[in-house]
Amino acid sequence: MRNSYPAWLYALIVVVVLGAGLYAAPNLFPEDPSVQIGNPVTGEIDENIRELMGTILGAQGVTPKHVEEQDDGQLLLRFETTDEQSLAAGILRDALDDNHTVALNLAPATPNWLRAINGQPMALGLDLRGGVHFLMEVDLEAVIGTAMERYSNELRGRMRDERLSFDTIERSSSDLTVLFANEANYEAAESWLTREYRGELEWEVRGSGDTIRMVGTLNDDHLTELRRQALQQNISTLRSRVDELGVAEPIIAQQGENRIVVQLPGVQDTARAKEVLGATATLEFRLVSEAGDPMEADQTGRAPSGTRLYHERDGTPVLLQRQVMLTGDYITDASSGIAQDTGGPAVFINLDGQGARIFSRVTSDNVGRLMASVFIETTTETVEEDGEQVLRTSRSEEVINVARINEPLGRRFQISGLDSTREARNLALLLRAGALAAPMSIVEERTVGPSLGQENIDRGMQSVVIGFIAVMIFMVLYYRVFGLIANVALALNLIFIVSVLSMLQATLTLPGIAGIVLTVGMAVDANVLIFERIREEIRNGLSPQAAISSGYDRAFTTIADANVTTLIAALVLFLFGTGPIKGFAITLSIGIIASMFTAIIVTRAIVNLTYGRQRRLTRLAI
Amino acid sequence: MLPHLNFAESNIDFLGKRKITIAISLVLILVSVALLATRGLNFGIDFTGGTLVEVGYPEAVELDPIRETLSAAGYAGAQVQTFGTSRDVLIRLPPSEDDDNPAMLSNRVLNALRDGGPEDPDLRRVEFVGPAVGEELREQGGLAMIYALAGILIYVAVRFEWRFSIGSVLALVHDVLITLGIFSLLQLEFDLGVLAAVLAVIGYSLNDTIVVYDRIRENFRVLRKQGTEQVMNNAVNKTLARTIVTSATTLLVLFSLAFLGGAALQNFSVALIIGVIVGTYSSIFIAATAALMLGVDRQVLLPVKKEGAEEDQTP
Repeated sequence: MRNSYPAWLYALIVVVVLGAGLYAAPNLFPEDPSVQIGNPVTGEIDENIRELMGTILGAQGVTPKHVEEQDDGQLLLRFETTDEQSLAAGILRDALDDNHTVALNLAPATPNWLRAINGQPMALGLDLRGGVHFLMEVDLEAVIGTAMERYSNELRGRMRDERLSFDTIERSSSDLTVLFANEANYEAAESWLTREYRGELEWEVRGSGDTIRMVGTLNDDHLTELRRQALQQNISTLRSRVDELGVAEPIIAQQGENRIVVQLPGVQDTARAKEVLGATATLEFRLVSEAGDPMEADQTGRAPSGTRLYHERDGTPVLLQRQVMLTGDYITDASSGIAQDTGGPAVFINLDGQGARIFSRVTSDNVGRLMASVFIETTTETVEEDGEQVLRTSRSEEVINVARINEPLGRRFQISGLDSTREARNLALLLRAGALAAPMSIVEERTVGPSLGQENIDRGMQSVVIGFIAVMIFMVLYYRVFGLIANVALALNLIFIVSVLSMLQATLTLPGIAGIVLTVGMAVDANVLIFERIREEIRNGLSPQAAISSGYDRAFTTIADANVTTLIAALVLFLFGTGPIKGFAITLSIGIIASMFTAIIVTRAIVNLTYGRQRRLTRLAI
Repeated sequence: MLPHLNFAESNIDFLGKRKITIAISLVLILVSVALLATRGLNFGIDFTGGTLVEVGYPEAVELDPIRETLSAAGYAGAQVQTFGTSRDVLIRLPPSEDDDNPAMLSNRVLNALRDGGPEDPDLRRVEFVGPAVGEELREQGGLAMIYALAGILIYVAVRFEWRFSIGSVLALVHDVLITLGIFSLLQLEFDLGVLAAVLAVIGYSLNDTIVVYDRIRENFRVLRKQGTEQVMNNAVNKTLARTIVTSATTLLVLFSLAFLGGAALQNFSVALIIGVIVGTYSSIFIAATAALMLGVDRQVLLPVKKEGAEEDQTP
């Protein structure tokens, strides 16, 4: 009896192994510490800036070893050391204006020939490279309130235009009510309301005495759609805010129904990141009311009709007109700087065409009067109410500046009265990046500092290597030649895991490394099963060739059953686990599947080539 | 060369001593359940919610000044301990109800330490888990465990027989309960990583059990003259070398992980080490016993008609 595989199977094994080796190869090249320069406004870095950067960096003695333009228009400067990298980043942050972002990055140094076949190194998780992970919860219930506000404003106008009489329209956070004084008014409006708002509002009629109420609530499908839109808008707003922060390779993705994951590799200033991501700030412009006494209103808590009571930052009460001149929705661009008149921090604002028209009309009507800029900030917090966790939104409105309108204001103007340049910068950023459709709060944060990240990589790799060597020594001592063969399979298994992770661009995390370590321990199990079986068959009196064949055959079903059950556990981990657990499940699953190939097919091929042709084989080194 | 673990001729009467092994396991399970009920698990912030800040100092630091700094800054509930080395300090803060911006707590703590501490610390790690998220993670973890067990129950029932399926799940519950019991006894922190480890223990222990069951099934075909108990004993003996060798290699890498993997992977590897040891015990002493007591025998596994056909295939 002889043991051999058909030639095509050997060829297939060689091809698969070479392929795996090729795609694992990009991980051998160390990454370059680099600085990424971007311009979110124009999307490209112009020639002047490039020259300027070259001169400034050259003067300070930090010359990048390589400069390249990336597909997204950003400029990547590679440096030899992390010291040079952070020095250069500091110099560039000071030298470049607000419109440019400067981000630290670790750029893979994959050679071109590997890049040509799409070879990329594994992506490292935040726990290995440092960075911030945020889970943000969007308060989608607020969407209903916003919609009700919009509908009730719209209904008042439209029903007047249609000459449909009604008493009042009231709204709550979940519904709106149209009150009719009598049956006739109700009948006139009923069919119109039902027709015009089909698919958006559901109406319910409640009559009490003479008055009849139509209570409108949001249609379920419409509500789902509104929520989806709100979440999408929040995601795109977050994306532009992150772009403004200057982060290399951020991840912003929806998770579940109402959550958004934000991962920012390499971000150090987590306080600023939190401020910018979580804040919803906008501006409103209102005229200062000339009727009434603000002091009196502040004491009694009652503002004269048509006005609302506000406070300036120093606590001074001020009465503003209820009607808004302009909201922040029309702002297209904002930048921070120094006010020409006062020398304090200021924000320069650009309006879009429609906003500019509205603003120039209302300001020219009111030249000589006082106008207030109201800064509105919404924060959300989780509070416990009747034993349940609920999100509560609180809104703070402050007057940051009151100024006389000296001339009609148009497309571009400035707001001063901010406390610090940092505040001016943040406000400009928030105005630029747009508003959030629904308030949001951080419900989970995981930040890993860069030093810990490096330590995690080093320690993780060290434990993989030591564990790996220990197992290899054990296998050779215990199974001799067959142990050596199993070690080849084990090494291949590791290469397979690395190459599959690289090809999938799955993220390697610390628990992922733990998964690899565990796989190393468990991957030899298949070989242990086979080898023990071969030993047993030899003891039962089979010839070596027959024992090899029977050992592999008989062990196969056991290996398959055992591995499938472990895969089930890994799959469940993957489906139900979050971040860190997923990483563990991925490497464990890849390892198990790869071990079926390496421990059964590859070792058999090597055994066949070593012993398979020997007709007079009398004993095995097992 | 290592001596071969030669159990070829061994015929240890594992099943004959089942009264003793079952008694041991029952006592361990009862103690574990009692511990879990009274002391409970020392849940990490992943499950309780709260904030964790790890800072690194350039030199070894005393914890008391740090505690004083923190309580002076209004964080009296902070738990301070060293982590891994005496330069790394871990600060845990329970979830606070009257904090209007809990996500910023870590930044405030860090500022307090920088302003008032003995030396300027380096931020190494922040974990903040909102209370709602903690509750969800706990729920998801429990669900994951149940789904994993259900999936395995079905797979084994399809591939083997329902009695085996119940036997393997009993062995798993045994392993998981005892592992959790030891975590409760030592009050080791139970976080997401440990949960992953416990689920991996399910996978591992099952792997072990399946190998034994597979051999039992095969033995019923081959050893036709022997009684049920003998057949099962033989299967456990025949797989004994494999069970021990695989546990040994797995433990080798796990010890490497526990000693070299750093503090972050410590509890994870400890959970797996305990789990692998308990899992190995259960696949030798409990799995076959459970199958026997559930009434597995030749008829159950090999319906008479099929027997002849399958026999032809074995060389």
